[in-house]
Amino acid sequence: MAEALSARVRPYRAVLAARARSQASYRANFVLDLVSSLLSALVELAEVWVLFHAVTRLGGLEFGQILLVFGLADLAFSLADLVFGHCDNLPTYLRAGTLDVFYLRPQPLLLQLITSDITLKRLSRAAVGVVALGAGLAVNHVAWNARDVALLVTALASGCATSAAMFVLAAGLQFFLIEGYELTNAFVYGGRYAATQPASVWGRPLKVVFGYFFPMAFTGFLPTLRLLDLPTSPWLPTWLGWCGPLAALWAWVLAMACWRWGVRHYRGGGG
Amino acid sequence: MAAIVETVGLTREFTVRDGVRRRRVTAVDGLTVRIEPGAAVGYIGANGAGKSTTIKMLTGILVPTRGTVTTCELNPVKDRRKLARQVGVVFGQRSQLWWDLPVRESFRILAAVHGLSVATERTRTDELVDRLEIGEFLGTPVRQLSLGQRMRAEVAAALLHAPRLVILDEPTIGLDVLSKQRLREFLLAERRAHGTTLLLTTHDMGDVERLCDRVLVIDRGRLAYEGDLAGLGRAAGAERVLVVDLAEPSADLTGIPAARHLASEAHGLRQRLAFDAETTTAARVLAAVADRAEVLDLTVEEPDIEDVVRRIYAARR
Repeated sequence: MAEALSARVRPYRAVLAARARSQASYRANFVLDLVSSLLSALVELAEVWVLFHAVTRLGGLEFGQILLVFGLADLAFSLADLVFGHCDNLPTYLRAGTLDVFYLRPQPLLLQLITSDITLKRLSRAAVGVVALGAGLAVNHVAWNARDVALLVTALASGCATSAAMFVLAAGLQFFLIEGYELTNAFVYGGRYAATQPASVWGRPLKVVFGYFFPMAFTGFLPTLRLLDLPTSPWLPTWLGWCGPLAALWAWVLAMACWRWGVRHYRGGGG
Repeated sequence: MAAIVETVGLTREFTVRDGVRRRRVTAVDGLTVRIEPGAAVGYIGANGAGKSTTIKMLTGILVPTRGTVTTCELNPVKDRRKLARQVGVVFGQRSQLWWDLPVRESFRILAAVHGLSVATERTRTDELVDRLEIGEFLGTPVRQLSLGQRMRAEVAAALLHAPRLVILDEPTIGLDVLSKQRLREFLLAERRAHGTTLLLTTHDMGDVERLCDRVLVIDRGRLAYEGDLAGLGRAAGAERVLVVDLAEPSADLTGIPAARHLASEAHGLRQRLAFDAETTTAARVLAAVADRAEVLDLTVEEPDIEDVVRRIYAARR
């Protein structure tokens, strides 16, 4: 059983280990990458902080509470980006014809694409998420009990899954769209930005788009409401804070449908 | 024995957007071919004739619009992953190596991808490294290789899992004479040693002459010729050209039996005569020329593949 599993994982492990080694082997380059990734995360965090110089509450949340939203959503997204981010490269593969090479190997196409690379520089971005989350938890005096821990773990795990689904969804659409990354960036990176904001300030259309269709509100805002027992916001009730796994499931149904549709289009029917 | 490749009425259409209008284009049109295990087949045709589309259908990348295709007794679309273990493909124009990793590392990853055991991986890698003379650049990152070195590494990568069927898409494009020769010798040896079936697309008549015992010519998606190489020359009526360098400027050498004067250079010091190898020989034409002028040097030019294909195409239109 364990042997069979190890044999199945071997192809992916071989690629990923080689990718990680090659990224880390150019020391100076790698450090620069880490720093630039760190800076971009810090700028986004600073944006929230600057905003709270002008106001004391945003969408009914205080700075410390927003910190928790930011930490949860950004950490989940960064981890997804680390593992799934290079799915953005699909248009390059399509143009160069290297996607065909994946078809000549005995593994599922999507798994090959996902494990074709790993973006280690996102580690520094994830570190900012960890710090923000830690700070958010500290300033809000969360009275730790089993329920809160379970909520936090569920929110993080399903947040990662939801964010990852956005990358796969975007990749599926790339099969149709020429130079389509501007459109897909709108919901992938726009979604990340939205996820780090209090969803209570959104208008109704935005709540439908990033609250439910691309369920990014489930990665930071809703679990925070639940964790801190904050009042329900219209269209996004507090009890939804527990529904991260459902949101992730929906996001993956959407992503897989899009991916299948894209692959079908690429191969020209059937498949 | 069951065929290794068999297509019946294989057809593939594409929708091309032409401004606002949509147009259906047939890339492969009712292709019916059968390739026996162990054969070496040259698949030739002009650019856009449908060669790549056919290869993509044989390997399960593209789904046929109509007709059936069986490769290694499998349905390529449904059994793509099973088929991948039995087929190796070399694309002259796109790499399946990791450009920033040493060649050795790429081989190691591909061995893992195909689930080779440690022992198999070692013997097979050693065999390929030795026969393709890769040893000297095994530790070099792929991006630093010359084109000839990279092609050898690509071929080794595609053959690492000892596939029954090897498909080569323009394998010698851009290679110098020596590299081409080495690659052809390797492919011949591989075929002898393992009974591998070869299917190659090429623009190089030398590839077809040295490697293939059967030729398929495709024209606008349809099979235009199927048979051996000699027959191809006959079908095309392709002529060979005798080029003679004469001792003195001479008048045009017209009226030589079964030969046709093509051109004269340098006041007739060099003349070109076309002849049909079916009706006469180079020696006979040469003898006739020698009767009329002193010959200092000569070369015989073989018909090139483009010319042969053009003639076949012209005869069909």
